[in-house]
Amino acid sequence: MFYREAGQFKTSYKADQAIFTITQDKFFVGAFLVIAFGVVPFFIDDYWANAILIHVLVYALAGLGLNILTGYCGQVSLGTGGFMAVGAYASYKLTTSFPEMNFIIVLLLSGGVTACVGMFFGLPSLRIKGFYLAVATLAAQFFLVWLFNKVGWFFNYSPTGMIVSPPREVFGFLITGPEASPAVRYLFCLSVVTVFALAAKNIVRGRIGRSWMAIRDMDIAAELIGIRPLEAKLSAFAVSSFYVGVAGALYFNVWLGSAEPTEAFDIFQSFFVLFIVIIGGLGSILGSFLGAAFMVLVPITLKTIMVDGMGFAVGAAKHVEVMLLGALIIFFLIVEPHGLARLWQILKEKLRRWPFPY
Amino acid sequence: MRLKLLTKALAVAAVAMPLTTAVADAAELTIPGTIYRTGPYAPNGIPWANGIADYYAMLNERDGGIEGTKINYVECETAYNTKQGVECYENTKGIGSGALVYQPMSTGITYQLIPKATEDKIPVFSMGYGRTSAANGKVFPYVFNMPATYWDQASVFVKYAGEKEGGMDKLKGKKIALVYHNSAYGKEPIRTLEELSKKHGFELMLLAVDHPGQEQKATWLQIRRERPDWVFMWGWGVMNQVAIKEASSIRYPMDHFIGVWWSGSENDVTPAGEDAHGYLSATFHASGDNFRAHDDIKKFVYDKGKGHGDRDRIGEVLYNRGIVAAMWTSEAIRNAMRIHNTKNPTGEQVRDGFESLNVDAKRLAVLGLEGFTYPLQVTCENHTGPGKVALQQWDAKKGEWSLVTDFYSSDRDVIDKLIAEDSMAYAKENNITPRTCN
Amino acid sequence: MLFFLETVISGLMAGVMYSLVALGFVLIFKASGIFNFAQGVFALFAGLALYDFISEDGWFYDLFGFALPVWLGIIATMGVMVIVAWLVERLVLRHLVNQEPIILFMSTIGLAYFLEGVGDILFGSDVKPLDIGLPQGASDYLLDNYNLYVEKLEVVAAVVAAVLVIVLAIFFQKTRIGRALRAVADDHQAALSVGISLRTIWVIVWSVSGFVALVAGIMWGSKSGIQFSLSLIALKALPVLILGGFTSVPGAIIGGLIIGVGEKVAEVYAGPFVGGAIENWFAYMLALVFLLIRPQGLFGEKIIERV
Repeated sequence: MFYREAGQFKTSYKADQAIFTITQDKFFVGAFLVIAFGVVPFFIDDYWANAILIHVLVYALAGLGLNILTGYCGQVSLGTGGFMAVGAYASYKLTTSFPEMNFIIVLLLSGGVTACVGMFFGLPSLRIKGFYLAVATLAAQFFLVWLFNKVGWFFNYSPTGMIVSPPREVFGFLITGPEASPAVRYLFCLSVVTVFALAAKNIVRGRIGRSWMAIRDMDIAAELIGIRPLEAKLSAFAVSSFYVGVAGALYFNVWLGSAEPTEAFDIFQSFFVLFIVIIGGLGSILGSFLGAAFMVLVPITLKTIMVDGMGFAVGAAKHVEVMLLGALIIFFLIVEPHGLARLWQILKEKLRRWPFPY
Repeated sequence: MRLKLLTKALAVAAVAMPLTTAVADAAELTIPGTIYRTGPYAPNGIPWANGIADYYAMLNERDGGIEGTKINYVECETAYNTKQGVECYENTKGIGSGALVYQPMSTGITYQLIPKATEDKIPVFSMGYGRTSAANGKVFPYVFNMPATYWDQASVFVKYAGEKEGGMDKLKGKKIALVYHNSAYGKEPIRTLEELSKKHGFELMLLAVDHPGQEQKATWLQIRRERPDWVFMWGWGVMNQVAIKEASSIRYPMDHFIGVWWSGSENDVTPAGEDAHGYLSATFHASGDNFRAHDDIKKFVYDKGKGHGDRDRIGEVLYNRGIVAAMWTSEAIRNAMRIHNTKNPTGEQVRDGFESLNVDAKRLAVLGLEGFTYPLQVTCENHTGPGKVALQQWDAKKGEWSLVTDFYSSDRDVIDKLIAEDSMAYAKENNITPRTCN
Repeated sequence: MLFFLETVISGLMAGVMYSLVALGFVLIFKASGIFNFAQGVFALFAGLALYDFISEDGWFYDLFGFALPVWLGIIATMGVMVIVAWLVERLVLRHLVNQEPIILFMSTIGLAYFLEGVGDILFGSDVKPLDIGLPQGASDYLLDNYNLYVEKLEVVAAVVAAVLVIVLAIFFQKTRIGRALRAVADDHQAALSVGISLRTIWVIVWSVSGFVALVAGIMWGSKSGIQFSLSLIALKALPVLILGGFTSVPGAIIGGLIIGVGEKVAEVYAGPFVGGAIENWFAYMLALVFLLIRPQGLFGEKIIERV
């Protein structure tokens, strides 16, 4: 009734190719952004910023990165944690070596460094496929974490190998360190993620994105129609790692503020981002956001319900939470193997015909 | 036993179903506990968490809290995971009139909380773990790591080794191996040991073990080849058990194998059985349940069915560590109430309570913990206090730990210099001007 | 030289321990094309269940007032694993037929979470020292006479692994069910069309891998006590898998041996020069090098792609 496209005509290719072709969609996304940018910052407190919103945003960005590689180019990677570490350590080295450097430039350069590292570790993808590749990327994961744990130069020779993000400003607002206000940090993350999401959406609709999808669907066939696998796969690794690197830098600087490689960037980090991508929906920008929200919010919600609401002992609640999370993952995969994004799409289809479905 | 627990949990859940709105007393002392009863380190986290919870429960039941104000001890599960620790911190810091003190119980979470809690003016009490250079109260006004740090322990181990060899000068040319958990925690003592090896001329051999440490063959093969005269261990969780087993397999003399105080609980030695006999570990408190405080816990908490763990596990090393942590914390709060003459202190006031904490032998006796640990005094400059460490030895036949040394003091010359160096580096990186203490 | 021999032997033994976990992966992947990440948790779960049956502080003792002898406990645990396998087929796999491999992989991770939670709730998270009478410690005879250090438990593990592989080989080659299993592994549809029930086969395969998990759980549990960390040994099995190939049982064993020896020799001889703890990534690097030469693993089936 409210969500129908009847009467909305497209008169140009430009209109036909727009990201949001339906007015209601435009309106909805616009309203969402207005609330996210204009309303939320006034109500945000430490808990919402640190435990939920920045948490979701950082993982959504990492999810976007992995989705480019796994969802669009079909290369399964379990090295995400390691690549996030590259981004984090690059930003740490840059910002401690050049304290004057604008933090946005630090962020982009960390992404760049990660892209190079990602391309290097992407080389085996030209020969190894499927799960063999997934497990092979674990080599990157373990090696990178080991490297950052062992080589003193990366953590400025601090006695424990722990890195601590120094306070930095962007446009006069403090965004890292303990004194940064939650609203500013949230807005900064939100802006970065919005820009990157928009960029990702446009990359995957363009020539490069199409070549990735061709490789994903069948690489031999793609090769036959003139797509260079080297170029396509490595560019996917580069772009993906760039995103993951920026996410890693945000994760360390803006969200956590301190990190040790063996814990903050361990293999479960890689798995977590992979969950986000699969639960959210492979090959969907929206899916990365939905997946991140799901993976972050569900455990916290379950915990709050059980501990605060039902008075469970915290230990028991945690066990039940892990169990329920597992059950929910299976449940959602059975209901819709293509992820939450696909569920959302089905919902929209249904909404079009509501209340008179045929 | 377990059946009962489960049915009890279910009954509690059923009764509490209609949202138990926590009736906020006018005055309540909120003490959050970021504990872990799940995850890879749960076996060690559980007794520790139980000790803390039981001690607070005992204070509530016996004395009606601290100086008449009830303690509201709020547990939050972290699974030894920093990210969940962040959520816990943010979730609990605003409960009631605000959290009074945090005990992070993990190195990662401690590092996480140091800047945040300092900003929020809530003291962090990382008892014998966390950031060693937080001993410098001028740079870290809200962080306390008494009664002794990892660096103190490293130095005391070397001292003990020297004593057994027949003098510190005999250490020259000897070989000491450090088997460490390959993380920020395990890497803590390296710098101190390096300094000490320069000073005393022993050779240091570093052997990292990756989390979780189930497979340590390569490490112990190297020890077997190099035959170091002493082996020190900084381990946690399953790593301890495997290491002690492997050491006994290669017939390494157990009385030359010393663990940090996180590698010296019953959990760590029992899987190795008889072979663990003679294993040494650091400690700063007694083990066993023959203290008045333990009797009170049994009487006021367990007899009323409010205990958090098994009754027969009271008195384990990690359980007692929980007690000592809760004791010092509650004493600091009591101190804060006295100094500021209030029934409802804030985090900042509790900080002052910590900084003038003085739990001497007399006070320990009053608390029912006579001889349980050594007298402790904390000042504004020195957040570690005495920094004394004793060694305990495992008697596999009797199945108990016993103190085998006095409380040693560490090598202050080396450690104070390192602490100053590291804390000033932190201050510089984070634009902190060290405060003055008068 | 003797020390080198010792290192190699330790490596071989450690490799066998990894293979025990890797075997379970291979069985399931072969029969259903599922990369079962829950294998590590299976080992943990089986270990917990076994401990519960044979010790005096578990459910079983609470309910019946006596503990089972070890052999009966193992059989009872096997029963539990069959029930788990049946439930997995019934509640998960059946609904995910024909999905992409990565979705199935994901569902096994969900399964891992679920079992982990259930295991913790039922059995608690304390360390449970598992002692079913396996020999512990170094072999005194070799150590005294030849100064050679060999762990007894690992010799037992090697023997058990060898027996396990032989039994599996006979099971696969000589029995009716084994033939059906191989048929399913070759071609699902063709197997279906000659009247093999996929569902039954899946339950059987998951039960068999549950059995393998039980063996792995016993071996690793005797080594370090049964506790949560046991589920993390799956990570140790992954390089073994890719090196040996996902579909080959002998591959899992030989891959394990290569990885075991490789990582121990690297750690002992190269580790001290670069700061140590290189075992983990070295195993993966080693596997990666093999993959670059043979992308399907040493013994994996050749991947043939057609447009």
